[in-house]
Amino acid sequence: MSEMRKLTANVGPVDRAFRSGLYAGGTVVLVIMVLVGGYLAAKALRALKAAGWGFLTTQEWNPEGGKFGVAAVVVGTVLIALVAVTVAVPLALGTALYISEYAPRWLQRRLITVIDLMAAVPSVVFGLWGAFLLQWKIIYVSRWISDWFGWIPFLKVDGVARHDPYASMTVYTSSTFIAGVVVGFMVTPIACSIMREGFSQAPIGEREGAYALGSTRWGMIRSVVLPFGRGSIIGGTMLGLGRALGETIAVVMIISPVFIIQPHLLQNGTSSISSLIALRYGESTPFAISALMAAGLTLFALTLVVNFAAAQIVARSRSGAVSDA
Amino acid sequence: MTATIPDRTTVTQVPDRSAPGEPQVLRRVGGRRASDTMAVIGAVAAGATTAGLLWSQFMPLTGAVGYVVSAWLLFIGYYAMLLSFDETAPIVRDRLASAVITSITLLVLGVLLLVVGYTFARGWHALWHVNFFTQDLGRTLPTDPLTKGGIVHAILGTLIEVGIALAVTVPLGVVGAVFLHEVRSPYTRFVRTVVDAMTALPDVLAGLFIYATLILLLGWGQSGFAAACALAITILPIIIRAGEVVLRLTPAGLKEASYALGATQTRTVWHVLLPTSRSGLVTAVILGAARAVGETSPVLLTAGVTLNINANPFSAPMMSLPLEAFVGVQSSQAVERARGFGAAATLLVLVLLLFAIARVVGGRSAGDPSARQQRRHAHRSRADFGRIYARATARQPGPITAVSPLPNPDHADFAHGDTL
Repeated sequence: MSEMRKLTANVGPVDRAFRSGLYAGGTVVLVIMVLVGGYLAAKALRALKAAGWGFLTTQEWNPEGGKFGVAAVVVGTVLIALVAVTVAVPLALGTALYISEYAPRWLQRRLITVIDLMAAVPSVVFGLWGAFLLQWKIIYVSRWISDWFGWIPFLKVDGVARHDPYASMTVYTSSTFIAGVVVGFMVTPIACSIMREGFSQAPIGEREGAYALGSTRWGMIRSVVLPFGRGSIIGGTMLGLGRALGETIAVVMIISPVFIIQPHLLQNGTSSISSLIALRYGESTPFAISALMAAGLTLFALTLVVNFAAAQIVARSRSGAVSDA
Repeated sequence: MTATIPDRTTVTQVPDRSAPGEPQVLRRVGGRRASDTMAVIGAVAAGATTAGLLWSQFMPLTGAVGYVVSAWLLFIGYYAMLLSFDETAPIVRDRLASAVITSITLLVLGVLLLVVGYTFARGWHALWHVNFFTQDLGRTLPTDPLTKGGIVHAILGTLIEVGIALAVTVPLGVVGAVFLHEVRSPYTRFVRTVVDAMTALPDVLAGLFIYATLILLLGWGQSGFAAACALAITILPIIIRAGEVVLRLTPAGLKEASYALGATQTRTVWHVLLPTSRSGLVTAVILGAARAVGETSPVLLTAGVTLNINANPFSAPMMSLPLEAFVGVQSSQAVERARGFGAAATLLVLVLLLFAIARVVGGRSAGDPSARQQRRHAHRSRADFGRIYARATARQPGPITAVSPLPNPDHADFAHGDTL
């Protein structure tokens, strides 16, 4: 007698057409994306097959000569990105804390706009600034660091005596350090917005609880805001790292490319995968292009792993950070 | 033994606040005291001067960056010392944390100001000349003064390339975002994962892909269209992701109300989802455009460099602003470098402009209509009401009591009424 009423919506022909339209759109997007990734991978295969495992250990980049590998450029890319993150994380953390905890309300919104604007400043403009202004100011800091901390292996600079006032300053230019600092400023706003979002979600009950227990503002930040925002701090850092790994033009404008592993951060000459592609794409042989694609694929794999890890961490911190209060 | 201990009993005297006497003063429990401000000023002055002394007299040190860094470190030291004279340790730590965090924010803002200011300062000479915005460099020698030649070819190229890229990505991006938001299936999850993965694609790889396919494989040559394709690949995943986030902000109640009224999914998307999130979607598109305007590496690989104006995106190289800046500043001629900086400044103005538009359009959250939209909604509601009223009176002669008289259109609830 009591038949169950069907509760699903009655999908009419219009809706069916609409849905298939959406599916078609989604599929076009998917096809484009898969085409890009797949084509790069397929083309890269030729170079990878020719180079074999040596692709990961060779430092030289000479595809016509048959000797090429990503050892030097991967190390350069990672070092630049690490310097960038070292610069960006304290800056992003401080700015995010200021915006979410210290700034008055009217300033808060404006600062968020300004930080978003900083994220939109084209990388070529940052590159100009880094290459023409910052570089010539920061080499003195480079010299100071290498003079006093040159005994740490990666801060050493070959070819200059310590505290030599007549030493040429050009040895400090175009280094991993300078490129990293500029890229660090570029990724600061990206990391900052992720962190700020996390901090602003710290629950009000716990904040007031900390104040009620007599905490200072910094005490409250340390015991409430930072623990709740830990996921977003890590996530923002990783996202910044992902962007720093892929940065091209600013790095091209600053570094002078060398194809040996350059562990000395302060010394002239380094390389990165994206700058390698930007500088060498004009090489006409298809095999050289294939080799560049293999290098690009290595970079894509790096950024992909970092970005997915970041997304996972941010998503988990969002779902887990809800308090009962 | 229940003797009272009178010594230990304190009787709290409640002050009689009604009695006239001393005027009641509200105690300040927050805010800044004069001594706080003094401590900051004193520490800044001491830090700056001590560092100046070190720099000029005692040590062979050079460089502005080093001076600022050491002055700041000295400031923190002095500030800690000044505070420790009359504050407890937790308060000293609190104040120091405030000082560090505030100075980091100032540093970041300073860097932004320096980047923007430096670009404008170096490009200023070029920007002064009207011909900079009306001529190309086709008949200009690299040594010609700034009164000859300009970057109109780069401006036009940027507009054409970004325009084509947006014409492709906006419809596709919005459809993709609606697809990810509206359809729930394993396939959607797969598409979302792939789109997520492509947001990690370094921009130079988008350029390399187009270079390898359109230019090398199909032999089209470097052109504005190829650059537009590379830009489209770069910004498509960004627009889809940002758009999906915006769609997710649509209040669920609005959609449910639409479904409860019997609307189909098509109507709900068209009349509820898209209108409520329109400003957010526009913002996502504009920010994507700002990103596309400034992308250099995909353009570098695909557009080619030219000095001439070229309005045809399908043949011959096409210049764009970031490329002009990149190529210009690497020249050995001071005039060319000034042109490069001028192009960079123009690029910044363009980005700022897009950003300002995004602020104006996207200032409101989903489901919060602007004054004009509210008036339009009110007008349509009134028209609907009149129609319904007329139909009801026609069907049923005699006075109608069930329908209330025309409501006041200025009333807030009414003005917010749905367009459905």
